[in-house]
Order: sequence, then structure tokens, then C-alpha cells
Amino acid sequence: MMMRRFAPKGGPGPDQPAKLSRRGFLGAGAGALVLSVALPMGNTRAQAGKIVPGTRVSAFLEIRPDNKVLFRSPFIEGGQGIFTAMAQIVGEELDVDPAQFIVECAPPGPDYLLTMGARFTGGSMSVRMSYDTLRRLGAAARLMLIQAAAQRLGVPAASLSTKPGQVIHASSGRTLDYGAIAAAAAKLPVPSDAPLRSNADFRWIGKPIARLDVLEKSTGQARYSIDLSVKGMLHAAVQHAPRLGLEPASLTNEADVRAMPGVHSVHRLPGAVAVLANSWWRARRAVETLAVTWAEPAGAVVMPADFSSQAHRSKLTSMVGDGVAFETEGDVAAGLRGAARVVEATYEAPHLAHGQLEPPSALARFNKDGTLDLWLPNQAPEMFQTAAAKVAGLAPEKVFIHSPMLGGFFGRHFLYASANPFPQAILLSKAVGRPVKLIWSREEEFLRDALRPTGIARFRAGLDDAGLPVALSAVAVGEGAIGRWYGRQPDKVDSSAVEGIAGKPYAISHRRIGQIHVDDPAVIGFWRSVGHSMNDFFYETFFDEMADAGGQDPLALRRRLLARSPRHLTLLDAVVDLSGGWRRGPFKAADGSRRARGVAMASPFGSEAAAIAEVSLRSGEVVVHDIWVAIDPGRIVNPAIVEAQINSAVALGLSTTLLEEVVYANGEPQARNFDGYPILPPDRMPRVHVRIIESGAAMGGIGEPGLPAVPPAVTNAVSVLAGRRIRSLPLSKAGLT
Amino acid sequence: MELIINGHRKQVEIEPDTPLLWVLRDELGMTGTKYGCGLAQCGACTVLVDGQVTRSCVTPVEAVVGAAVTTIEAVSDDPVGRRVVEAWVKHQVPQCGYCQSGQVMTATALLKQSEKPSEEEIAAAMVNLCRCGTYNAIAAAVRDVAGVKS
Repeated sequence: MMMRRFAPKGGPGPDQPAKLSRRGFLGAGAGALVLSVALPMGNTRAQAGKIVPGTRVSAFLEIRPDNKVLFRSPFIEGGQGIFTAMAQIVGEELDVDPAQFIVECAPPGPDYLLTMGARFTGGSMSVRMSYDTLRRLGAAARLMLIQAAAQRLGVPAASLSTKPGQVIHASSGRTLDYGAIAAAAAKLPVPSDAPLRSNADFRWIGKPIARLDVLEKSTGQARYSIDLSVKGMLHAAVQHAPRLGLEPASLTNEADVRAMPGVHSVHRLPGAVAVLANSWWRARRAVETLAVTWAEPAGAVVMPADFSSQAHRSKLTSMVGDGVAFETEGDVAAGLRGAARVVEATYEAPHLAHGQLEPPSALARFNKDGTLDLWLPNQAPEMFQTAAAKVAGLAPEKVFIHSPMLGGFFGRHFLYASANPFPQAILLSKAVGRPVKLIWSREEEFLRDALRPTGIARFRAGLDDAGLPVALSAVAVGEGAIGRWYGRQPDKVDSSAVEGIAGKPYAISHRRIGQIHVDDPAVIGFWRSVGHSMNDFFYETFFDEMADAGGQDPLALRRRLLARSPRHLTLLDAVVDLSGGWRRGPFKAADGSRRARGVAMASPFGSEAAAIAEVSLRSGEVVVHDIWVAIDPGRIVNPAIVEAQINSAVALGLSTTLLEEVVYANGEPQARNFDGYPILPPDRMPRVHVRIIESGAAMGGIGEPGLPAVPPAVTNAVSVLAGRRIRSLPLSKAGLT
Repeated sequence: MELIINGHRKQVEIEPDTPLLWVLRDELGMTGTKYGCGLAQCGACTVLVDGQVTRSCVTPVEAVVGAAVTTIEAVSDDPVGRRVVEAWVKHQVPQCGYCQSGQVMTATALLKQSEKPSEEEIAAAMVNLCRCGTYNAIAAAVRDVAGVKS
């Protein structure tokens, strides 16, 4: 057989694995990493009510004899740097260098419900929801260490102070390591009045501290869910129904598949078939060899067989009326009637896949004591615990959720019916009485990912004699992810369907933002920056259309409409300054290319962002040279992480602008891997320049806010070069020349 | 069959067309090399075979019998690999980190083959996907090791 080696550039196209010959095998799993499990686990429900989240020091902190500090984080790390931010915030008050921290995701429990009374990692909320609480927690723990040291040394607590990792008795020169007194300190009551360090004395908060996990992630040592194994486990692979809602009817070659190397058993699951084997590759080859007839159960709600992206978008576009009002100001009808000129346009954006590089997996193990251990990528341990308990037929407190580091998430790992592998892993493990690790192949992941919704927005703007907008009516048509998963009230607008069209800061006298709900036939979910990921594209590109119609420069018009909003004006001026001054173009660059710049703003997740993009066209392909982003999150914890997150958000935003679109036909997604769903490759990454403004406003989010202004900034620039407005993403479909 | 992984001889009994990736991960328990797409699209599974960048997800294990396979687990044993890792830390490259084993191995192969690659050579070699968009940090780290000023 020919060996396939890949030259660094390019490489062959899609290449299906060759057929397996049947040969014997030796026991698999030799040398596999075996987990030892030692996580504390209480009955979270029994404890709930007695515990004030974020106050019980022992639930969060364990100071070890070697002075290392274990911190159990309410939030999961998936590349956004939250573990490091937690170490900075707690370490600042505890007086321990963040580099001494070991951070892991906390198990389910009432102590960790710090996100509006619940717990999830998302909405760019982690730091802003927990900052004050965790500072107090660190300060309380420090005071406990001082009190323990006072007892040990027989001196008044008031005579003691701390330096990183040590309590100091200045008058005698004696010191005690935290690790030496941690056990005694842990027995003391948690003080509620521990003093906080003044901001001026911060050593780690606000500084570009190195992230804690970079070395292990650079040497292959970081462990993700997909990497875990336990003793005696079987590997599982599934083949999903090609169309959601179909059920396996008959398996025509089951006996042949059972006889394939390493195969343990063949299983039918809701909407899927599975094979268990002694390695994942064998399980996958076997399950993909299974010839399955799929049937549509009577009366079941399924993905319609005639669902196509194109037809659905036509349906959205054909919806008439102004929908349910979400935001109103003045009298938009009168404003439009009185306008000298009305500008109208309809914008659209497609479904998107998450495309996180770690395919979903779940490892389930039923224990002799009637409990279930579950290792899985997730953004909300308690929610998964409840759901897993239901599948397993156990009480929630019998289910131990372990939350390893995420290999990217972008909203992928919330609890989405049909989009998480853990129910299958539980059912399979239960069926065979052995631990099971299930991995979804990339192809199965593309089939069951919960997508960013598709949507359209219809705009009408009224301009006065001077070409200035006096009225704006916008109608978003589609469905929001919040309503899908947390319940929708028919007479109310799901904010996630309109955020980014609503909530804009521009002073336009008469405004009405409405929404028409249309069920999205696809399984939709949260995707980095949620509704903002498309709505700011709609609004901010229409803004330039409005400016052009009125003969206004788009930056000058933004400045004018923000004249009474100093925070936004400062931000806009900052991004212009960062980019070396505004010029829309087209202009000729030093390399001879014809370029233009676009500007856009967004107000996502409590932060304010503005972006400018410089682009050119090369053989009909958009080349983005530079993106400048100014962001005002009020206050920050780590500027290096903020800059990294802006780079990341720019990359993802640009990827959707240029390339991404999930296309359904006949109720099935057409792309099943990155060959059919291209994502931003390195040679299309622009230079990214970031300016952080700490205005002192309430702390906003970081992980998502860098994204929404990118698609409109790029598209506004492209529209200048193209000489026509582009109202649909991705730009690869725009027919540019 | 006998494989040479990071200088050690390993015996595996497996169907010969099993991708090297799954031999590493499931038979040998070496999980630093990642599964991302299985189609040689993303590069998360990159290892070196006789020093050549190789996407292990589409490389049948029988094709590497007798060849020296180097994985991320041994990257720090190599002086160039060590410098690459140091640069990755200095430039704080990884975010979620899932693609970074492949990125580090790709950079190591490049810099072992060419001590001072040009900008064009760096761009031609560093083609692995990163969904977190760490591309600029990756390029900065590679340039740093190569002594190329941007």
C-alpha cells in the first residue's frame, strides 16, 4: 500500500479510509492513560439552600503542603483563558502568585452557581459575574491563613501580614508557608469581612500574566475528553440517521459487521446505530459498514424531507408585516412618512457550524455503588447532570460529572437535545455493563451540530433633506437560540433574535425594531456572540447603505449620530487613531493593490467594540490585510488574554464573512467535513491590531464581543471596492470579480 | 508489526491499513496527537515520519514500518523542537490548544529542514487549521525561532 505523506503545502483532497482487511488482533488499550478519580462530590440538592454560592472557601481552594493552590473553577476552560483569570483574581486577594495555581473545573454543586443563580460558561459572563465574589473569597481565605498563623505563633493576628505564599510576623522575622498552615486554616470559620486589596496595589489583576496551560498545550500533555480512558472500557462509534428524526428499521449485514475485527456488539439507539469495539477505529469502520434502512416513525416530529436552506430563506424573505415590536422610540411610521427619501434593503445570513476542532465525545462508567461517572465536554455541569440522570434512570446526585478542558467550544457544548453524545454513551454502557467511550467522527458531528440560526432582516430608513437618517424600521425574521432552549413566549420577542439590531447607540429619532418568528427547522444553538454574530452585520452594513444614500461618509455619520454618547465616540476615535486615520477609499496601496476600508461598531455582552478593516480583491477573492479593533469592556483582568481573544474573535468573524455556510438539501446537511465546509485557513488571516479602553464602566464580556463588528467592517469595505452593496454572507458567494 | 516511535521499538498487532493516528492513540495510549477531521484537512494529527510532516489520520500504519515516527510526546527531546516549544510559550500561542500538537510538529519539521526559512517558506509550511485563530501568534513564534523579522 502506498504511504500518504503530506507535503507541507496543500495535500490531496478528501480521502476515505481504505477497506480494512480482517486480521486478528491483540487486546487493545495497552498503555492507555487510566484515570484515577478523586473528586469530591456532595449531594448538591440536599446542600442547596444552605449555601451561598461563592463563599465556602473549602469548596474552591485547596492549598497543598508544597504551597501549590488547587482552585476549583465554576467555569470551564476552552481557550478563553478563564482558568488564568480565576487564578489572577483569587491569587491577588489570597496573596499567591497565579503561577502557583492549578485550576480545574469544579464538579456540580451549589457553591458554583455564580451565573445569575445558575451555572454555565457562556455569554461572555464568567469574569464579570464572579469578579467581586471571587475577590472576597480569596481575601477570606487569606484572613483564615493569618488567623491560623496567629494561633501557631501565639501572636495577635493584627501583628501579621502576608507576602506571596507566606504569612509574615514582621517584628520577629518569622514566616510560615501557606502550605504549612492550610490544614489548620481550613478548620476556621470563613470570615465575611475580610478587607480587599486596593486597585492601586494590584500585582496581577490587570497585568498580562502568562496563561497557566500554555506549556502543556504546546507539548501534547493537555487532556481533553477525547483523550481519556478508564479500565475495561469499550470504544463506541455511531452512524446517525442522515435526516434527524428517522429511526433505524433494519440492519441488513449485522452478522458480517459483528464478525469484523475487534467488534464487541452492534446496537440500535434512538436515531442512530452504534458499534462497540476494542478500539475506536475498529468501531468506526464497523459502524460505517452497517447497511441501515431508516424509517420515519408515524407521528414523530422530524426534520422535513424537503427542508432546504434555499427554500427556508425564501420563506423568511416572503414573510410580511412588521412583527412583534421589541424596541421603539418616537413614531417610526410618521418618521418614514415625513422623510425626504426612504432607503430599503433586506439582508441575510446562513446557518453556521461550530467547527471546534475536538470532535464531541463522552465517557460513561456505571460503578458498583450505583453511581455513574461521566466525562464529557460541557459548558454547564449541573444541567448535564440532570439530563444524564434522566437518561441513566438515576437520581442526579448519583451522577458525577467531570468536565475536562474543551478543545474549542464557541457555544457547542451546551445541552442541546440530539446534539450531545452523552445519552448514547450512557445507553451503551448500561447495555453492556462496561465503561464506554463514544467519539463522534467529524462526519457525525457535522450531521448533529446545533447550528447558528439562519435569519434575514428587512430595513427601511427615512432620510431628511440633508441626507441624515430620521427614522429606522427593522424587522428580523427567524428564530433565536434562547427561545429554542429556554422557552419562547409567542407574544414576546426572543432577545437573541434581535440583539445587534436592537440596542444600537445611534441617535435616530424614530425607531422600531420588530421580529417575526419563523421556526427554524434545523437544530439551532448558541454560537460565539449568538444573535450579534449576524445582526450587527445586518445593521452595520445597512448603516453604510443609509450613509451612501444620504451622501454621508459612514464614519462621519456614525460620529454625528453618537455625538451625545461619549463612550462610543471615544471608542470610535480610538479605532480610527489605531488605524492611522480614516480613509474609506478606494485607494491605491504601496503594493499597487486597490483597497478600501470599512468601519463597524457593536455593543455585545456588556462591552463596546469598534472595528476597521482594510481589504482588496484579488481574482474575485477578498483579501483582508488588516483589522483594527478597539474594545471597551469597562475594566479588565488580563490585557494579553483580551488581545488573544480579540484575535480569535476576528478570525472566527472573518471566517464566517468569507467562507462559512451550512447548506441543507432534502433535510440533510450537505457538508460533512471541513472539505465541504471550509474554515479560515492561516493564509487568509489578517494582521490584527487591538486597543483596549478601560473606561471604568461596568465590567463587560471578552470572549465574544470582538466578533460582531468584523463581518460588517469587512463587508462595508468590500462593497466600496465592488461598487455595489453586498447583503448576504458568506462573501465567497457574492460573485466578486 | 514493529514500529519505531520516538526512538522506541513498539510491537502492535493490528490491521495494516489502520491509520497511524489510531495506533498511537488507542493501541499505544499516546493521546498528544489529535483527531480533528480524519481527512487530512486540519493537521491536528501531524507527526513526523523520517522527519517529514505526515498527517497520521490518513497514513496506514503499515506504511511507517521501519521508519522513525516522532510524535509531540518527544518534541522536547529534540533541540529544535525544544526551541519551538519555548517560542510557543513565549508568544502564548495556544488557546484551546487542541490543534497545537500538530502546529508544533509542523513548525519543528520546517525548522529542522530549514534553519532560516523565508516568510514564504513559513507560510507554505504552516497550513494547519486553528479554529481559535491563533495564526498570528503561530507565525510570530515560528519567525522568532527562525530569526526572521516581520
